[in-house]
Amino acid sequence: MITEFTPLTSAFGGALVGLSAVLLMALHGRILGATGIVGGLMRFDNASDWALRAALLLGMLAAPTALLLVTGTGPTIDIPVSTPAILLSGVIVGFGTFFGGGCTSGHGICGNARFSRRSITATISFMVGAFVTVFVIRHVIGA
Amino acid sequence: MKLLTAFLIGLIFGTGILIAGMGNPAKVLNFFDIAGTWDPSLIFVMGGALAVTIPGYLLVLGRPKPLFENGFQLPATKLIDKRLVLGSLTFGVGWGIAGFCPGGALPAMGTGRTEVLLFGVALIAGLLLARLLNRAITRPAGAARTA
Repeated sequence: MITEFTPLTSAFGGALVGLSAVLLMALHGRILGATGIVGGLMRFDNASDWALRAALLLGMLAAPTALLLVTGTGPTIDIPVSTPAILLSGVIVGFGTFFGGGCTSGHGICGNARFSRRSITATISFMVGAFVTVFVIRHVIGA
Repeated sequence: MKLLTAFLIGLIFGTGILIAGMGNPAKVLNFFDIAGTWDPSLIFVMGGALAVTIPGYLLVLGRPKPLFENGFQLPATKLIDKRLVLGSLTFGVGWGIAGFCPGGALPAMGTGRTEVLLFGVALIAGLLLARLLNRAITRPAGAARTA
């Protein structure tokens, strides 16, 4: 499936993501990491931390509706893989981000923006993992 | 007030992700498919994000403390070990299978699409599985926590 190259729209969306990361640090003093939010919601030792993460998550979940209300069109979400592949992928992503200590947002944006060597290493690792996997699935196995 | 700002920050994040195309697996997978239907857009997502976050963090972290808290919570560990590299590689493999990363999937879950919700359930299962395994192999959890 071909997708349109959208440098300006993507950079604008990225800038909004960056803005949200800066605001979370400025107001709440935290790194914005999706893995940390999900993982933290599965932990119930600190009520105010839990509530903060729940509010962040609710804001994220409200995004498609907000986009629809403002622009008149919802987000494009094309899923070119099977349901078993989605389930397998979810488990592997959850497993990997736990041990890797973060994902595209926490390491890829927040960590790299602080020039953290840990995050730069993590980013290179998950990028390599994804490039190799897509190559193998699409061009070696040929799915 | 704290919860309201957190909600709005989540909303900005989610809207940015969706506009950027990070919540669209077809687009994400094409970014990784240089040998096929390559779509380099995601470079611009990261570029746009870092162009704001790098100067933004410089400004914010130069201040004594955040507005609502007594200090900044930054990851304490600087350790670069097998756990970090293999965990991240594993995440990349999963990301390459379906095109969803956690930050892309959470806002997309707001559409209520069954496939995305299933990804969310599987993601939580994977996290909990890793937590159990971690507890079995080590006592102290060495992983840095993010928000």
